[in-house]
Amino acid sequence: MSHILECKSITKKYSGFTALSDVNLTLERGRIIGLLGPNGSGKTTLLKLINGLLVPDSGKIEIDGIEPGVQTKKVVSYLPEKTYLAEWMTVNQVVEFFKDFYEDFDVQKAFKMLEDLNINKNQKLKTMSKGTKEKVQLILVMSREADLYCLDEPIGGVDPASRDYILNTIISNYRENSTILISTHLIADIEKVLDEVIFLKESTVLFHSSVDDVRVNEGKSIDALFREVFKC
Amino acid sequence: MQWHIDSERPVYIQLIEQIQSSIISGYFNPGDKVPSVRDLAAQAGVNPNTMQKSLVELERIGLVHTNRTKGRYITSDTEVIKKLKIESANNITMDFLDNMKKLGFSKEETLKIIKKIVEEIKE
Repeated sequence: MSHILECKSITKKYSGFTALSDVNLTLERGRIIGLLGPNGSGKTTLLKLINGLLVPDSGKIEIDGIEPGVQTKKVVSYLPEKTYLAEWMTVNQVVEFFKDFYEDFDVQKAFKMLEDLNINKNQKLKTMSKGTKEKVQLILVMSREADLYCLDEPIGGVDPASRDYILNTIISNYRENSTILISTHLIADIEKVLDEVIFLKESTVLFHSSVDDVRVNEGKSIDALFREVFKC
Repeated sequence: MQWHIDSERPVYIQLIEQIQSSIISGYFNPGDKVPSVRDLAAQAGVNPNTMQKSLVELERIGLVHTNRTKGRYITSDTEVIKKLKIESANNITMDFLDNMKKLGFSKEETLKIIKKIVEEIKE
């Protein structure tokens, strides 16, 4: 099967500070992959590069063989770390907005999830709690039929019960052709749904491996391994 | 069916063990249809690829078989299930003997304890 994402020797610097250094990664289709690393290890930078919000200083990124741009935005569904939706909009309006914007957006799926999480369709974003706003954004992003989902800290502000619902949504919406890349610190919560894990350390890829291989070889959970590798 | 998956050991092995014990316990009967990979994965809260891997392994050891058009079924071969049951009983007994050894009891002493308790239960 073809690769959905290929990063070839990517380096990205911010005025002297190196955020990513010579990163090589190949992601297959049909996987759920955890992007893990301590604060400042380059997770968000990598996701921004994949989504064309940043351009690498050197190296090359290809999504299904194409460099990030207008065309790749059609097949990549991105949940950024910060809100970008207009605060004055209601849930109904942002759903309409996404429907206009993305051909692959499934309105019914979005409304089903909003209903399951008891989110009022007429509520304005500005009156919502941080967690509810996060849920709305995640629902919008997951209601697309994309080839690659890039989720930057998707469940940080969400309560544990809704977290379970969201993870379940991710599992049941999973399609053979699409890959989900999730950056998170809540490793214990998500590691059961992961196929693979990428550890970023000080701007480089420490390793990229199947999660069950890690458990066999290290005899411990991903969460325990993370705490050991990045012990302060 | 209740699933208990921890993160310390490979998830696919835990899934295999738990499906095996649900066959032994009779939750799944011989010849029963197995739910879809997606449904099972959602129930267990695991990745569908991992569930798939476990079912393929169960097929390999003959506990599950695939009908091309109709999906997966638990084997109808009761001999295979009987064998699995005995294997499982052996494992539990070995673990038990191991634990008794750690407590400092010899095999003979352990047998005496078992006999005593079995008789007490009778009364």
